[in-house]
Amino acid sequence: MNFDYNEEQQLLADSLRRYLQAQYSFEQRKKVLDGSPEVWAKFAEMGLLALPLSPDYGGFGGGAVDLMGVMEAFGEALVVEPYLATVMASRLVARAGSAAQKSALLPQVAEGRLKMAFAHAEAGARYDLAKVKCSAKKSGDQWLIEGEKKAVQGAPVADKLVVSARTPQGIALFLTDAVKATPRHGLDGFLEADVVFSGVKAEALSGGLPEVEEAVDFATALICAEAVGAMKFSCDTTLEYLKTRKQFGVPIGTFQALQHRIVDLYIACEQAKSMSCLACSRMDFSENARDRARAISAAKIRIADAARQVSQEAVQLHGGMGMSEELKVSHAFRRLTVLARQFGDADHHLARFASL
Amino acid sequence: MDLNYSAEELAFRDEVRGWLAANLPRELKEKVERYEHLSREDLLRWHRILADKGWVAPAWPKEWGGTGWNVVQRYLFEEELGYAGGPPLIPFGLSMCAPVLLQFGTDAQKKKFLPRIFRGEDFWCQGYSEPGSGSDLASLKTKAARQGDHYVVNGQKIWTTLAHYADWIFCLVRTDSGEKRQEGISFLLIDMKTPGITVRPLILMDGAHEVNEVFFDDVKVPAENRVHDEGKGWTVAKYLLGYERMNTGRIGASKRELEKVKEFSRNVSDLRFRDRLARLEVELMALEITNLRFLDRMRRTGQPPGADVSMLKIKGTEIQQGLTELALDAMDPTASDEFSVALRKRYLSMRKTTIYAGSNEIQRNIISKMTLGL
Repeated sequence: MNFDYNEEQQLLADSLRRYLQAQYSFEQRKKVLDGSPEVWAKFAEMGLLALPLSPDYGGFGGGAVDLMGVMEAFGEALVVEPYLATVMASRLVARAGSAAQKSALLPQVAEGRLKMAFAHAEAGARYDLAKVKCSAKKSGDQWLIEGEKKAVQGAPVADKLVVSARTPQGIALFLTDAVKATPRHGLDGFLEADVVFSGVKAEALSGGLPEVEEAVDFATALICAEAVGAMKFSCDTTLEYLKTRKQFGVPIGTFQALQHRIVDLYIACEQAKSMSCLACSRMDFSENARDRARAISAAKIRIADAARQVSQEAVQLHGGMGMSEELKVSHAFRRLTVLARQFGDADHHLARFASL
Repeated sequence: MDLNYSAEELAFRDEVRGWLAANLPRELKEKVERYEHLSREDLLRWHRILADKGWVAPAWPKEWGGTGWNVVQRYLFEEELGYAGGPPLIPFGLSMCAPVLLQFGTDAQKKKFLPRIFRGEDFWCQGYSEPGSGSDLASLKTKAARQGDHYVVNGQKIWTTLAHYADWIFCLVRTDSGEKRQEGISFLLIDMKTPGITVRPLILMDGAHEVNEVFFDDVKVPAENRVHDEGKGWTVAKYLLGYERMNTGRIGASKRELEKVKEFSRNVSDLRFRDRLARLEVELMALEITNLRFLDRMRRTGQPPGADVSMLKIKGTEIQQGLTELALDAMDPTASDEFSVALRKRYLSMRKTTIYAGSNEIQRNIISKMTLGL
């Protein structure tokens, strides 16, 4: 047992942090909310896009633990690039695609020339991964997709989509070109779109629901790490505020009522970090799907609870300034609010954890 | 990073688990399982079995009987010990007085006391709190006046756990009433059979006799029983606090309690209850990993844990209390069998955990000041 990042993991996280501090400050971030080709190219250059892909297709074969430091750094800087969307969709291609499909797409993803998104969630499905109404019908030697996918993260900038759809045999996965959809910013500034498929041509991948569940578990482990980064930022900036903001002639951090609350935030952060380690480690090393799912759900419960507590308290302890759009802490609030719910809120994962 | 234990670590755990299961006397295990009263003899019996095996004080230096295990092995042992469900090892001698002697004691003190602590020949208790000195420990008033080659001690200690079983008590006493109150404190080892000591039971709300008041009336203590210099008692106490808090998570014991609550509540189908139980289980998982991360940091840096280790005490005790509350909620409210009655009393009793050993509010003060710099 060990908790160390290996040298490569540490170096990558350090250099990514340095880059983000220099080129992705809170002010710079405001200018690239619609996505930045320069930032994406830099991610490719640093190897972030190749990291989770197999060496057979130009990748480095990294697992969740290898991505932890990256996701934490993204969380600290509130990076809005569609990294996770691309990682998820390309993971599905890697696990459910033919050799030809993989060769056609994955090397391009690794080089930063192809963005992808995973179109799965539908209206009314909430967090139930099996609730898919979109359908796929065979027409000659190709498939046609019908239906609507909601709030697909990264869809407005994706070159290729992986889409789940129902066939007579059950839920299956398909690959389509980009579909035109109206972009919008989610609560946290991420680009997303509702995507309508009306007879969109698709090629089949081989997987179905188990592959979706695996990819969502993988992504859940990653956003746990991202949330840890966003919480760490929120705690640190709040602590700084308590030390500098003066009222009644003294720093407000001298008040015990506030001291105990920020201590609780640090404890919540540490507990969340522990569960993020567990989730990523089990994702990479679990021998069966149940162990993996149990650890992921347990982590998401703790992280959702912690994200709520940390984000709400960080705003409260900042007073009026915490409400202001001018401060990064309010943007961390928005991101943490989304992360707490993404791929299932605490209630959803409690039900799943208790059933396993 | 790999949170799975290595094959060697698992083999070690299995060895410990197997030995504990084979050597914990059944009647002791059952008593603990039913939350029955444990006598001095019950406590010492398990202590001595572990001492005979050489496992009673793993953290001590090898020359005094320690096992030489690394931090992960020590943790695995602690956890298995808690999980095995034997009587608790009383910490006052093994993991409080002994570390102090090892750090600050004279050779003569070490030779006199450590072997007896190891073998369970002396039962120790801790004389810190006083009626006017709880969280503000440095305000203590019990006075030790130097007269020739001994001190004369007068005053009162309170909340003294198991003083009625104890052969010895280690005490913080005031040897100087000057301006700087921390500098007037000394650390004394006092034989409980010394004339002038009176132990009076304090019965807690669960009806149990566990803590006491201890009165000192012109008690003569040889000066050679002072640990470290006169006026350095506060240094000793602070050292001990850091040492003490590392083991307050009680994860093995809480895992066992969680299993019991799960078993006990199998018929409770209320989803709200199931959710609370699941959330507590997740809290315990998180605490276990956090504890392992502290150990990992100690292993890597070779340094003792920082002040933030207080979070283990805070979360560990909250979890222990949460488990007793869930048990209370899971039981048939009309039940009057012995086990149900014991569980209700346990709910009452466990309220102490967030108060003792530095209340959880004091632990938050410590993190706030020492870790966050507020």
